[in-house]
Amino acid sequence: MLTFTLRRLLTAIPTLLLISLVIFLLVDLAPGSPLSDVPLTVPPEVRQKMLEAMGADQPVLVRYLLWLKQFFWIEPLYGIDALFGTDFAQGAQRIISWQSKMPVMDTIGERLPQTLTVVGTAYLIGVLIALPIGIYSAYRQYSWFDQAGTFFAMAGFSVPTFFTGNILILIFAVNLGWFPTIYDTNLEVVDWASFKQMLAQMALPVMVLALFNAAEISRYTRSSVLENLGQDYVRTARAKGMGEGKVVLKHVLRNSLIPVVTVIALGLPTVFGGAIVTEQIFKINGIGAMLIGAINVSDLPTVQTVTFIFAVLIVMFNLIADILYGILDPRIRYD
Amino acid sequence: MPDGASPVLDVRGLKTVFKTRGGEIHAVNSVSFHLRPGELLGVVGESGSGKSVTMMSLIGLLPSPPAEVRGGEVLLGGRDLLKLAPRDLQAVRGAKVGFVFQDPMTSLNPVFTVGNQIMEPLMKHMGMTKAQATNRAAELLDLVGIPDARKRLKSYPHQFSGGMRQRVMIAIALACDPDVLIADEPTTALDVTIQAQIIELVKDLRQKLGMAIVWITHDLGVIAGIADRVMVMYGGQVVEQAPVKELFANPRHPYTRALLKTVPALTGARAARLEVIQGQPPILQGEPVACPFRARCAHALPRCEAENPARRAIDGLPVGHGHDVACHWSPEAAHA
Ligand SMILES: Nc1ncnc2c1ncn2[C@@H]1O[C@H](COP(=O)(O)OP(=O)(O)O)[C@@H](O)[C@H]1O
Ligand SMILES: [Mg+2]
Repeated sequence: MLTFTLRRLLTAIPTLLLISLVIFLLVDLAPGSPLSDVPLTVPPEVRQKMLEAMGADQPVLVRYLLWLKQFFWIEPLYGIDALFGTDFAQGAQRIISWQSKMPVMDTIGERLPQTLTVVGTAYLIGVLIALPIGIYSAYRQYSWFDQAGTFFAMAGFSVPTFFTGNILILIFAVNLGWFPTIYDTNLEVVDWASFKQMLAQMALPVMVLALFNAAEISRYTRSSVLENLGQDYVRTARAKGMGEGKVVLKHVLRNSLIPVVTVIALGLPTVFGGAIVTEQIFKINGIGAMLIGAINVSDLPTVQTVTFIFAVLIVMFNLIADILYGILDPRIRYD
Repeated sequence: MPDGASPVLDVRGLKTVFKTRGGEIHAVNSVSFHLRPGELLGVVGESGSGKSVTMMSLIGLLPSPPAEVRGGEVLLGGRDLLKLAPRDLQAVRGAKVGFVFQDPMTSLNPVFTVGNQIMEPLMKHMGMTKAQATNRAAELLDLVGIPDARKRLKSYPHQFSGGMRQRVMIAIALACDPDVLIADEPTTALDVTIQAQIIELVKDLRQKLGMAIVWITHDLGVIAGIADRVMVMYGGQVVEQAPVKELFANPRHPYTRALLKTVPALTGARAARLEVIQGQPPILQGEPVACPFRARCAHALPRCEAENPARRAIDGLPVGHGHDVACHWSPEAAHA
């Protein structure tokens, strides 16, 4: 299992490097300049100096290598410095946003927790709803419960989040006034009242994302459980006199979870993508909103860095999926 | 076997129907048989003749829907299994009746160790603790001839060969010392040498443990070697039933006679060519009103079209106890 994990970790490195290069080159094709918001009255020599100071006058490959060094070496050093009060970075150049002229990582550090709270909670709730529904739908195939589940899953699946999001805002925030329409990013949970406020503002976006995720995952769970219910080993378990609970929740579930866990792990990064839309609707100042903002003003370093972080997340969850797969399925573990 | 001993398993008039979109399939029609203590009953018949469905109906292993056990009695230890509540039936399955299936490659759960899978019935039916069950599981693996038993408990099914997996299945089926072992074509999926080993193992275990066995196969050659009594099935019915020597010496049903011609000669020169039974197995829609074999039968009479023959004794013993056949035709009449 350890060598399996290590091997997977090592193969992830070239993958990530390749992805970073592609992202960098693609984003670099986009029009945009770090000086686009500098007044035209600034003389060309000064402009040139500013470009040099940011390293933006260099050819694209040099900038790519510089970015790589900054992302994988300098930024982590700053991270360590911030955590332990050390001074490893020694004032080296960080990845700077062309728009805000601030380190991109600092902004990400502010925005990411907003996204994680909403997306993470939504995903967790989505999975917790989806698994029992999927299992029971399969166990009672074609029952009214299964039919209802199919209907809601199709609806949740095919109606986009920007639509459900706006409908929910209209009903619960505007008409009923139960929840706020806008997500207050600066809200800190310090006491019971602020905790309740936090719950209230998270409710709608979490509900939108959770429904969407639950729809997808419950379908996967259902089909996986259905497939396994027909297997010979299930008949063996029944022939041994195992109760239905044991048969379904031990024998069938453990086998069914193998593909489902992969879908859950692989789905998480794409949820960040979905969250971009949801963040726009609910005005959550998360990393998705940050990416959209950066794209609008051609802030290439921010776009490159945030996109690459998405890529890292995808590769990381791929890895997690592989490892979970190995844990759940002994046939893979022992290869 | 003492002839007078009361049977461990007594099946009377079992009837199982599948409800499908295309109508009802009458897979098992009024099947009756019994099993005396320690006896090995061979069940033969071509694929689709209802052997598996009959045995699975006994202990409620068929998924319902589409299956529905519509009638009959299955008496085991004085109780009718068909009338038991699901929970009581669970207590019978694996404890009083052990089941070994055809395909050892898919019959074990791939994600649990074989130890875990053997221990499950021990802990459920015998109330053993984990430690007791582990010891007993190791004994069982040893009993079915798996070397290094204690260590192998921690292995997963994919680490065993097909023959070894079938041994594990047998260990599971015998774990709780059942009165009846039902083996549904346990060697069909194995190659010939492994097949012989498994048959030897079962013979040996039968000596040691003394349970009664139902052995399903479509291989009459296997039956000749191990069975005490044989029941021939066709189209969801019992068409002939007799002690094994009697059946081979004096087959009465045209289907049995045809079947015997398909067996390679056990002694002497190889049969030049094996015969195959011409025609297709019947489609079992609706109550049988005619003999299911009539369309393929060399001796079919007008009566066979009008009346499904009942089983009749041909040696004076009650039906099921001696030699009986469900056929309107008789070899003597043909010669007379
Ligand atoms: N799930 C099912 N649905 C409909 N018919 C079935 C089903 N399973 C079995 N049958 C019917 O039962 C008959 C007997 O099958 P089976 O007992 O498996 O035969 P075998 O003697 O080969 O074990 C088959 O011919 C088939 O028509
Ligand atoms: Mg069969």
